[in-house]
Amino acid sequence: MKVFIDPPNSLVLFDLVERFGHEPLSSMAAIQERIDKLEIDMPPMNVTIDDVIKGLKYAGIEVPSGVRGRLALWGPLIDEAEAAIIMDDAPFAFGCVGCERTQSMVKYLLKRRGIPVLHVEYPDTDDEAKNFVIQAKEFLEGLK
Amino acid sequence: MIKIAQLSCGTEYSSVQYEIEKAARSVGAKVVYPDVSAADINAAVERFGFRPRSPQLKLMIARAIQLADGLYDADAVFITTCFRCAEGALVRNELRRFIQENTRLPVVTYSFTERLKASQLLTRMEALVTIVSRKELLAREKQSGITVGLDSGSSTTKAVVMVDNEIVGKDWTPSGDVIQSATYVLENALAEAGIKLSEVEAMGTTGYGRYSLGKHFKAKLVQEELTVNSKGAVWLADRQHGEATIIDIGGMDNKAITVRDGVPDNFTMGGICAGASGRFLEMTSKRLKIEVTELGELADRGDWRNAKMNSYCSVFGIQDLVTSLGDGKSFEDVAAAACHSVAEQVYEQQLQEIDVRHPIIQVGGTSLISGLVTAVGEVLGEKPIVPPNSQYIGAVGGALLSSGFM
Repeated sequence: MKVFIDPPNSLVLFDLVERFGHEPLSSMAAIQERIDKLEIDMPPMNVTIDDVIKGLKYAGIEVPSGVRGRLALWGPLIDEAEAAIIMDDAPFAFGCVGCERTQSMVKYLLKRRGIPVLHVEYPDTDDEAKNFVIQAKEFLEGLK
Repeated sequence: MIKIAQLSCGTEYSSVQYEIEKAARSVGAKVVYPDVSAADINAAVERFGFRPRSPQLKLMIARAIQLADGLYDADAVFITTCFRCAEGALVRNELRRFIQENTRLPVVTYSFTERLKASQLLTRMEALVTIVSRKELLAREKQSGITVGLDSGSSTTKAVVMVDNEIVGKDWTPSGDVIQSATYVLENALAEAGIKLSEVEAMGTTGYGRYSLGKHFKAKLVQEELTVNSKGAVWLADRQHGEATIIDIGGMDNKAITVRDGVPDNFTMGGICAGASGRFLEMTSKRLKIEVTELGELADRGDWRNAKMNSYCSVFGIQDLVTSLGDGKSFEDVAAAACHSVAEQVYEQQLQEIDVRHPIIQVGGTSLISGLVTAVGEVLGEKPIVPPNSQYIGAVGGALLSSGFM
């Protein structure tokens, strides 16, 4: 199944989803697709003005361009997701979307989709880390 | 009294709350605030799924849930937040969607600045009140008897004479003096119909000059253009049942209205920027030294991609146009770029605040500019329906609805 991960650039979540036999929907894929293009119109990530306009599908014109540009990347992934894992209050180094407003909207859009979603807390101890992996494993295995 | 539930953030601190209430009072409505228990707010936010940082936005969400659950009685909903607040804009639009999905209440959204005056909200509030208080009238699908509709718009004034559900006379003229322009088109429309003014059984007026015309001609219906135009559009397009989106790119402002069985349930009105209105196309035509009626056909022969024109302002838009012409771009490409620019701005500025429903019906004088209809179709990915006499929607709506007063 296609599993959206949030934060969308979390390598840990990406690895867990892939390890348990699912397809992670992540920033890495969305950005890779752009930078692999022969022509880079808008370095470094090739998010062009057309992308920002496409973001209007997810947020109105009054919403800042940075939010719409981000949603242009992650919105289509959310649209095709069949499940999602969200880490609430993840620290910066774990991965982030760089914008609190986008973060709120990503979570909201996932809720609107009505797909199975696992919310996990960022682990501060070894035991919490083990528990986090167990939770993710059970959720991902349950999707099969 | 019609109760309009206000879901808002920032109005009290922006010096606009009084203006909102004044606008509602002036159309016979009252602004109300759904009661919410402090203990329920967090649960409401959790249920809604969007967790804003601002507590007042959380209160907005909780109030919306009271309405959705039928725990608070209101007739219509006004959702408003500060202009340029990202979080506010996100919540405002999603709450609008939530209310529409969970209730049958008509909704209007608005982002305000401290300059907001009651007059700016008047048409919107009046439309909300009309939708609620004149349900039976708005359900009218056929015109009967001999009636007249007068539409006093910012650019043109239109008159239509209808007899037993058929248009028998019509005329339009550029707007000048409100009464004189209307008298002129009325006389011509009556002459075409072969009907005397004394034989007219009812008259309906709409548009900016509706009050003056209503008083002068003793009209039985004096109504804002959002509901009147909707009725006219679905009658002309023969889409009285089901859903549709009506797009009216006007001379001074634009309207995007979603309707269900011919009755609006959500609408946006924009008019801040002339670059996104018919006025810009008039300016373009003038610069190209052609009539605005020729612009559409010219645009259809061009490709907008060949000429840069994406300014949000008519002044800068004309600068782009002059630059493009200076660079040797063809008139056809420049005309196409002007049409595309208007369509794109209407899409970006306005259509984000409604959920576009199909089919799309494009009306108003600008719907006769084929290049603009093509551009709207390209931007929206669906060719709009342009009904016959599409420039007469307001007058037709006025004639249709006023027959309900006979």
